[in-house]
Amino acid sequence: MRIELVKRPQRSALFSMLSPFIALGLTLVAGAALFLALGKNPGEALYYYFVDPLHETWSLHELAVKAAPLILIAVGLSVCFRSNNWNIGAEGQFIIGAMAGSILPVMFPDFQSWVVLPLMLLLGVAGGAAYASIPAVLKARFNTSEILTSLMLVYVAQLFLDWMVRGPWRNPAGFNFPETRTFHAFATLPEIWPASGRAHWGFIFALLAALVLWFVMTRTLKGFEIRLLGQSPRAGRFAGFSREKMVLFSFLVSGGLAGLAGICEVSGAIGQLRPIISPGYGFTAIIIAFLGRLNPLGIVAAGLVLALTYLGGEAAQISVGLSDKVARVFQGMILFFVLACDTLIHYRIRLVAEPAVRGEGARADV
Amino acid sequence: MKRQMLALAASAFLALPGAALAQDKTKACFIYVGPIGDFGWSYQHHQGVLQLEEELGDTVETAYLESVPEGADAERAIERFARSGCDIIFTTSFGYMDPTNKVAGRFPDVKFEHATGYKREHPNVSTYNSRFYEGRYVQGVIAASLSKAGVAGYIASFPIPEVVMGINAFMLGAQSVNPDFKVKIVWANTWFDPGKEADAAKALIDQGVDIITQHTDSTAPMQVAAERGIKAFGQASDMIEFGPETQLTSIVDDWGPYYIRRVKAVQDGTWEQSDVWGGFAEGHVVMAPYANMPDEVKALAEETEEKIRSGEFHPFTGPINRQDGTPWLAAGEVADDATLLGMNFYVEGIDDQLPN
Repeated sequence: MRIELVKRPQRSALFSMLSPFIALGLTLVAGAALFLALGKNPGEALYYYFVDPLHETWSLHELAVKAAPLILIAVGLSVCFRSNNWNIGAEGQFIIGAMAGSILPVMFPDFQSWVVLPLMLLLGVAGGAAYASIPAVLKARFNTSEILTSLMLVYVAQLFLDWMVRGPWRNPAGFNFPETRTFHAFATLPEIWPASGRAHWGFIFALLAALVLWFVMTRTLKGFEIRLLGQSPRAGRFAGFSREKMVLFSFLVSGGLAGLAGICEVSGAIGQLRPIISPGYGFTAIIIAFLGRLNPLGIVAAGLVLALTYLGGEAAQISVGLSDKVARVFQGMILFFVLACDTLIHYRIRLVAEPAVRGEGARADV
Repeated sequence: MKRQMLALAASAFLALPGAALAQDKTKACFIYVGPIGDFGWSYQHHQGVLQLEEELGDTVETAYLESVPEGADAERAIERFARSGCDIIFTTSFGYMDPTNKVAGRFPDVKFEHATGYKREHPNVSTYNSRFYEGRYVQGVIAASLSKAGVAGYIASFPIPEVVMGINAFMLGAQSVNPDFKVKIVWANTWFDPGKEADAAKALIDQGVDIITQHTDSTAPMQVAAERGIKAFGQASDMIEFGPETQLTSIVDDWGPYYIRRVKAVQDGTWEQSDVWGGFAEGHVVMAPYANMPDEVKALAEETEEKIRSGEFHPFTGPINRQDGTPWLAAGEVADDATLLGMNFYVEGIDDQLPN
């Protein structure tokens, strides 16, 4: 007996829509089983995971803080993935964007004016885009695998940041600890509604980016070009679209947005550069891009759900005593079920009864 | 109203959370940078918490969050604790310094204790740390007494003052026995990475060191040393079970006494802002039982430890020159705490460049 996947001639539009929700439902069921196996009350644990973080204003702010970089990066990645370009290095573009944007407050702390913040944001976008252009140019010119080059550049960026905050950019008044000076008021991304919590404008940028990219992808010729080149490069060529230009375009968009996410995180949430500024946002965003079905609006929802699992993980750790590892298992399960559901939309399972064991002779002529 | 309904709905559906807290309990909350199972830094903080629970029994309730990344997540974690009714919050890693101070400003009634930092921007923030260099000096004395090669291997994490201070103290202790002692340093650039730490230990042993000490948190170097049949010092916790024939001693961080003292102060209403840097004398730093060494070395180690404990001797007492030979401390001069806490230079005799 073996299992075969057979491509379906047509995929169901209904189930394509439903699949993320089915996946989420399956995750909840599997999660409940997991909690039960750990000896916890599954109802209580799920409550702390998915409901508790939502019923206080400050916690909603925290949700926005956590979701902002994830959404910003993931909507950019959706352009890349849609056009069949595999940018795995958003984490590095996030870091370089954060560093480029930090040049002003770190190196010129006396330059204090309202233009500092807009310049920082622009530098952040430029830094991320420039860093993303490296794997893009390598792919367009030399046909290198962008998966490998973009991924490896993540480590370069991490070590570069590490070196800078321990060396040239170290806070002169910081007892030699590895961090830059804290950003002054003009270099700090303001909070949206300071009276109630610390969500900053990065979240607004994320929503704007999602809306704009949704419009571009669904309503413009550029969006058509992106999708066409992704689905069928040959057809795209006949239509006069250039694959090389698309590689560059998609990497610049996703790199720029990752860079913007980086500078927003540093300026809005952290307030200085440190050796580690991201707990893997650039990689988690890949999950979110797919969970949101590469649709910018879906990605907003997916980003919020995944951010919720981080917050809920903490709530459950404090209240129910669940290990923080469980939150990661949870995220893994969501991705697993989403991919599984998608697979079953495109393919159906056929069980094939294995014929009886063949004799030696039958194998000899292979 | 909405919240009530939500809570009602939730409890109806999920038969829920009976988190009715007894009001007279003091709630002490802890944030760890690593997992409590690291057998190093976070493990030892958690051991301190267990001591606290044992000592104060029913009058205290504790909660913790482990593996909280330093950065934007830390502020949320601290704020969550502050909102969940904690009376005192201990943030146990340097990177929590600014988030701790930020949240403290918003919750003036909650006490905050930040380990290893120097910022106390609000009256409800204290800082605490341990003088691990006292233990490192004793280790240096032992290493130089035992090493046949006259070279020890040092697995260091990051070139921050705490670590540089430790290397210097180790070297000064070793030089007090053997002025020509050498130390080989490997920068692992991690606090906890068993694979990297093991590789560093192997590289050092291949270069001929016959004693290893570490300023990283995993037990991997101890295990490698045990396999290769050389001696080693543990870090943060007593690692004797990972090298019964190998561990000479270990610098054990004992946070229990401090946690008990501070939580009691909250209960008595006597808590005040403070900056505590405790060593042998305060019970913050404890040497694991001296083992796998001849009696005379053990006696020398115990004598050194006792001299430091009693205040008769300070590991950083002149004459001490900097690495380049320029004088740092004159004969009899003792380093002040501010210099130690910002230490970014080696003492004479260390053959290594500080990564910069």
